[in-house]
Amino acid sequence: MTKTILTVDDSRTMRDMLLLTLRDAGYRVLQAEDGEKGLEVLNHECPDVIVTDINMPRLDGFGFIQGVRGNDRHRAIPILVLTTESDAEKKDRARRAGATGWIVKPFDPVKLVDAIRRVAA
Amino acid sequence: MDAMMAIRQTFFQECEEQLAELENGLLAMQNGEADAETVNAVFRAVHSIKGGAGAFSLDDLVRFSHIFETTLDAVRSETLAPSPDVLKVLLRASDILADLVRAARDGGTVDAERSDAMAVELAALSGADKPAAEDQSEDMAGFSFQPVQVSFDELDDELPAFAELPETSWTIRFTPKPGLYAKANEAALLLRGLGELGEMIVACDFSTLPLLGELDPEGAYLTFVITLHTRADKAAIEAVFEFVEWDCDLSIEMSADTEPDGQALNLFALRDEMLPRVKEEGLASSVPAMSENQPEDRPDAPQAVDELGAATSGVAPRASLASAPAKAPFPETAASPAPASREGSQTGGQVAGESRMGERRENERRESTQAPAPAATIRVDLDRVDRLIDLVGELVINQAMLAQSVNEAGLTRGAAIGSGLDDLEQLTREIQDSVMAIRAQPVKSVFQRMPRLVREVAAMTGKSVRLVTSGENTEVDKTVIEKLSDPLTHMIRNAIDHGLEAPEARVAAGKAEEGIVHLCAMHRSGRIVIEISDDGAGINRPRVRQIAVDKGLIPADAALTDDEIDNLIFLPGFSTAATLSDISGRGVGMDVVRRSIQALGGRISISSRPGKGSTFTMSLPLTLAILDGMVVTVAGQTLVVPLTAIVETLQPRSVAVHEFGGDTRVIAIRDQFTPLIDVGRELAYRCETADVLASVVILVETEGGVRNALLVDAIQGQRQVVIKSLEANYRHVPGIAAATILGDGRVALILDVEALVASSRIGAPSDSVIPREDRKTPKEIDCYV
Repeated sequence: MTKTILTVDDSRTMRDMLLLTLRDAGYRVLQAEDGEKGLEVLNHECPDVIVTDINMPRLDGFGFIQGVRGNDRHRAIPILVLTTESDAEKKDRARRAGATGWIVKPFDPVKLVDAIRRVAA
Repeated sequence: MDAMMAIRQTFFQECEEQLAELENGLLAMQNGEADAETVNAVFRAVHSIKGGAGAFSLDDLVRFSHIFETTLDAVRSETLAPSPDVLKVLLRASDILADLVRAARDGGTVDAERSDAMAVELAALSGADKPAAEDQSEDMAGFSFQPVQVSFDELDDELPAFAELPETSWTIRFTPKPGLYAKANEAALLLRGLGELGEMIVACDFSTLPLLGELDPEGAYLTFVITLHTRADKAAIEAVFEFVEWDCDLSIEMSADTEPDGQALNLFALRDEMLPRVKEEGLASSVPAMSENQPEDRPDAPQAVDELGAATSGVAPRASLASAPAKAPFPETAASPAPASREGSQTGGQVAGESRMGERRENERRESTQAPAPAATIRVDLDRVDRLIDLVGELVINQAMLAQSVNEAGLTRGAAIGSGLDDLEQLTREIQDSVMAIRAQPVKSVFQRMPRLVREVAAMTGKSVRLVTSGENTEVDKTVIEKLSDPLTHMIRNAIDHGLEAPEARVAAGKAEEGIVHLCAMHRSGRIVIEISDDGAGINRPRVRQIAVDKGLIPADAALTDDEIDNLIFLPGFSTAATLSDISGRGVGMDVVRRSIQALGGRISISSRPGKGSTFTMSLPLTLAILDGMVVTVAGQTLVVPLTAIVETLQPRSVAVHEFGGDTRVIAIRDQFTPLIDVGRELAYRCETADVLASVVILVETEGGVRNALLVDAIQGQRQVVIKSLEANYRHVPGIAAATILGDGRVALILDVEALVASSRIGAPSDSVIPREDRKTPKEIDCYV
């Protein structure tokens, strides 16, 4: 069955790149432009994996992850965080907020899909 | 690759938005209006540019934005105070970033020396509060940042590298902690990842698993012992556990023997180790039972078990327990009795789990594959909009022609066709308005480029300048906006270079050292008016006059009013700068500015007060496509007077008209004397003066608020006309703004009221600018159109 991925990123470029890569890999892709919108999408969708950016207006990646983990319906969804470089501090904060894993930007399409496979059955 | 090109385009569009955001944010910080979110937004802007640039391997851009970002991060984390000096550097850095973005987009180059120097300056800022040694290394880290190239081949490259290594056996002990499951990681998936590295045997040690009654559904009780036979190195194995290294106990050790025989030995050793314990503790029977029942907060309530299917919580740990042995892609697994004994029932549990997910997905399936659109906007090719506007223009003409034909056929009165035509006219007008609104854009896009210009010119001239803008959201047609940029740029340069005094001179004159340039847009009487004013010294009239005399533009003894002198700067070839400075004197004079404004159907004027400053006022039509006009007849010609200029129309009485010798007449309207312009004579349609009593007077008002009376033979009616450029089809004709096609298919000229008034004015300053003999009579063009 086609898996659904929710991508949360304020950059249109990044959303488009994720869309292109993930759609090519056979996923159904949902998009949100910040953490708040991401939580809204979760009100009526239950994606198999969430891929989220950290730096976003309104609700950033940390807050978004906490929001997802704090909701019984969604807390079992794997969340991958996009970090620009292997920033240990951000990775650590994201992990403590409940991130499942991370992808280092600029992401490699192969590695992105690989990371998703690593966290989704 | 087409898709990548489209994303690349998106990236550069987004960059422009981010650059604007960056600049606005920095300016707000400079004005002390910034809150934490502004600083975040500024940081994010550069961060996003870096992220995208990395994806497209735009190395220069990545390097610079990385250093820039580091500095902004220091501001964000309050280790660097955003003092005015710091902000100046950041603003200049934003300019260089903009150059780098555009260079990357257009394949151009950037002055590397400039950007490198800025990078050093930025690095120095971000390291300012840190110890010197760390500072150094931070800088170097910044410079040596290398973007990762997006490559589809990368993984393929890595695999052969594995194959080079000899096969090795590893023993991996992996004990997940509850945190692993809480973050939605799954032991089963990790094991699967491990299995992809080579052949493996998994054994599960559940010796710490409590009885069902004591089981915490969110707890973690299992240890996996994996024997992996692989060519991969230890780092590759560790990479599998990359996401969970904090949430598990993990040991990876090379097995003593790496021979195939050793593998079998290991396997049996493992079985021997596991089996007795399972038997001893009698867990073999309790485990399958547990796996069928989904866990719950109170597992001792058996009746609640079935409903638990819906609870997603706790599914992850359960599924991982279930699938660990089942998923190990290794036939020998069966040889490991402990996992095998649980396999059947575990798999059953898992299937149930999947079908449940399936149902939910079914219920929630939506038609769209995308989340709700982020904003209710669409991007449309400009060509399509223009085509639509052309078509609507044709529709307007057609509707007018139809109305006229019907009228001529005598059908209108009382006929249903009459009201039908009215409706059609109404609808046509609404369509037109809507279509024009599509093209309308706020002048913001042009205004936004000006702060940078001001900074650059200020730096070059050594003047201190603040730009204040207002009315950025005033909307005007896109074509007008596009053509505004050049004249506006020139006028702002001019205001700083020529208008504002040097700081010392300002202080001496009792003014603030910092000069102010105001840029302001507004709607006024159906046009857009843009004012550029400075608080400089104003026009140096004696000097302007002297230059005009020196250059032979005016006779030495010409008697000119202040206004006339000010307007001399619009004369071709006039330049007040003693030397051709780099800034204003790029071979473009104010005459060129005026011509380009006129080409847009606009006007420009200046007012100046010595010691107080000058104000340039541009007035432009809101659209270049359509005009509400009054159709009039003059000497058998049909002309259109723009409705925006008309105040009222009246039938004159002879007593109201007074002659001032020669050609000049005024008309008294409500006790005010207003100059009377005989349009027929002014445009040289006829030589004799029109009979006032047989004519109609149209009272018009110019932008400056000056009223004049136009004398025409008759009024035909009011109509919306589609503007057809005269310049594009013929050439500029003084007094005529454009042409249009009327309902009967004939061409009518649209009057340029402002120019007409200016040229007819007695001793009007503009009059001296357009020599009378230069004016072409519009009659000539009848044969062309």
